[in-house]
Amino acid sequence: MDLNVIWFVLVGVLIAGYAVLDGFDLGVGVLSLFARDEEERQVHLKAIGPVWDGNEVWLLTGGGALFAAFPVVYATVFSGFYLALMLLLLALIARAVALEFRAQLDGAAWRRGFDLAFGIGSLLPAVLLGVAVGNVLRGVPVTAEQEWAGSFLGLLHPYAVLVGLVSLSMFAMHGALWLRLKAEGALEARMARWIPRLWGAFVATYAIATAASLVEAPHLFAGVLANPLFLALAVLVVASIAAIPALSRRGAAGKAFLASSVAIVAMILVAAVSMFPRLVPSSIDLANSLTIYNASSSPRTLAVMLVIALVGMPLVIGYTVLVYRVFRGKVRPGTGGHYGEPARAIQP
Amino acid sequence: MDALTLARLQFAVTAGFHFLFPPITIGLGWLLVLAEWFGWKHQDAVYVEVAKFFGRLFAITFAVGVATGIVMEFQFGTNWSAYSKFVGDIFGAPLAAEGVFAFFLESTFLGLYLWGRGRVSKGLHWFSALMVAVGATLSAFWIIVANSWQQTPTGYVVRNGRAELVDFWAAVWNPSTLPRYFHTVVGALVVGAFVMAGVAAWHLLRDAESAFARKALKLAVAWGLLVSCLEVMPFGHLHAQQVARTQPEKFAAIEGLYTSQTGAPLVLFAVPFSEPPRLKGTLEIPGLLSWMAFGDTGAHVQGLDQFPPANRPPLWLTFVSFHNMVLLGVWFIAIMAWSAWQWYRGRLWTDRFTLRALVWSIPLPIVACQLGWVAAEVGRQPWIVYGLLRTGQAHSPTVTAAEIAFSLGLFGLVYLALGALWLTLMVKKARVAPRLPAAERARAAA
Repeated sequence: MDLNVIWFVLVGVLIAGYAVLDGFDLGVGVLSLFARDEEERQVHLKAIGPVWDGNEVWLLTGGGALFAAFPVVYATVFSGFYLALMLLLLALIARAVALEFRAQLDGAAWRRGFDLAFGIGSLLPAVLLGVAVGNVLRGVPVTAEQEWAGSFLGLLHPYAVLVGLVSLSMFAMHGALWLRLKAEGALEARMARWIPRLWGAFVATYAIATAASLVEAPHLFAGVLANPLFLALAVLVVASIAAIPALSRRGAAGKAFLASSVAIVAMILVAAVSMFPRLVPSSIDLANSLTIYNASSSPRTLAVMLVIALVGMPLVIGYTVLVYRVFRGKVRPGTGGHYGEPARAIQP
Repeated sequence: MDALTLARLQFAVTAGFHFLFPPITIGLGWLLVLAEWFGWKHQDAVYVEVAKFFGRLFAITFAVGVATGIVMEFQFGTNWSAYSKFVGDIFGAPLAAEGVFAFFLESTFLGLYLWGRGRVSKGLHWFSALMVAVGATLSAFWIIVANSWQQTPTGYVVRNGRAELVDFWAAVWNPSTLPRYFHTVVGALVVGAFVMAGVAAWHLLRDAESAFARKALKLAVAWGLLVSCLEVMPFGHLHAQQVARTQPEKFAAIEGLYTSQTGAPLVLFAVPFSEPPRLKGTLEIPGLLSWMAFGDTGAHVQGLDQFPPANRPPLWLTFVSFHNMVLLGVWFIAIMAWSAWQWYRGRLWTDRFTLRALVWSIPLPIVACQLGWVAAEVGRQPWIVYGLLRTGQAHSPTVTAAEIAFSLGLFGLVYLALGALWLTLMVKKARVAPRLPAAERARAAA
């Protein structure tokens, strides 16, 4: 394996880490739009409060790693997805600020505003990240000079929107699984009821998107159907997705969340194997595609970055596990904690 | 306006707005470490309240800092794709290292710090405060590495139409990294000290007996005097000397030196003009600039006239921002030294004049940070990477002026609202004095 391949895998790992971790807190954010009352909303917020910040760093580090390892992809795709990315950034700003400011300002109007900002600020990234993946899977207009030749509206291709719906339903399901672990009473029971429905929506969109890929992105299937790694991962995708409702029905909420996490990782790996060695297929001419070789940094930079990742990421994973262990278990509304203190003063 | 001008304006807005917040969190982060330490080791409930109080201000600021920081990281790709392609081999690594080594640390332990009080041991809780501060400070390191490489690139060759890494450590420890790092981070510590001192002073103006405010002010003044002095001497001085050595045209612009000369004078005051670059109404000390830059009153200092007009940074903005920053630096030492003197005489808690001056000084170090960055970044023009790539060749060729204008307008509005909201919240939270535990109130009253 050369360094370019290793970095292809590592960028994939960062994307998968982001999808699994920020995926559930984006999902909880989407579900918060349907919270019944203030107490339920507090549970939504507290379920992700201590960890969402660290989760979002996976996106930031993924962006940094992409810049460092495959600068041409970073430059071409980011400038090409210009307005879509700006929208994503605004949503992430609204979300972060709403989470932190909500508990600090009194007044029902402020609170409603922040609740909406948090919900929409979670919904938009959940969709847009999928739309971005859909565009990259299908291929985007990249010229022979590795420049972008598309438009904003071109990004809203039905196939890309379909993948956006896949990511939305997937994150909503993933969030519901997490929330069920953290909530009690009526909210926990409702999540238990919603999980199979969200799972159904996710499976349906994923199946349609996979079928559409055969037509829209045939390059994804050229040559991989005989690849044992691809087939093994595809089996893992199906098995882990099938396990989610089965485990959930038996009340094994933790294991169901784990199955969902495995499914997300496996789906990303399946897509990665299909793409390999391309990073961004060109819809103008596949020969123009950005690959792990023609879009990469020099071998020296890739080697330096590998050392950084090998030294740093085990530490990151170590203290992330520590923090998740500290905050395991159910959360309750109004029992203190960083967002909890001012809540006692709220008048409904 | 053309796409380039708009992209530059957008960068100035997003970088300037983002940079309001990290100095506050870096500065307060270390003060939280100190306050939590006294609270834990001396079992001092008042210090715990100080930490909780400023921890809330920290959290509010951190949220905005993170949110606006993501924009910064993505912006190189969206608005400056030609730059990103040219420097990606070198510039991306420190950004990724920032994520791996610093930002994960800061964000993950911030969750533990804010939510873990009473849930984890006091030792681990203090450790989480420490890791937040260490993470923030390391974050600054990698960002400064990336930016310093733009100022004084080393460890690369230009090959295949881009800068390729040859020596990672040479790129990291380029000639300006350390002088700029210490000057920037200690500047952030000054910001934190003035926030804490000003807020404590505000509370003392209303209640001179407040045990909470007295302890916060003591901590802030002791720390603030130390860091304000260090910021100017040695760190500001060393940074200026480095600029004189490595970027003579920037040095000429910030010091307002047009004509190259031996025994160059230090300009204390002048009215600068960019076109043509001249100073008027100058008040100066002969020979001092040569001495400060090179340790010899007779040393030759290059003026702007040594450089072709196409390579000169704009004089007005660099000169004005640099000189006002220096002026503010002197003020920080003066007000902190005076406060320490009043504290020594036992008059600080009731000296309304000094307390008011401290309150009004809260925003000044933040202004100084902004001015410093304007001097540093405008002084680097017309280069985006000094000597290698011009700013005018670095923006995204495929992004249209209309797209940038649209997003700039949108971000401008959002940032205005966000800034107003942040300020409102900070003021609101800063005004609510903590309720001390009954035992502490009794002890403070006795």
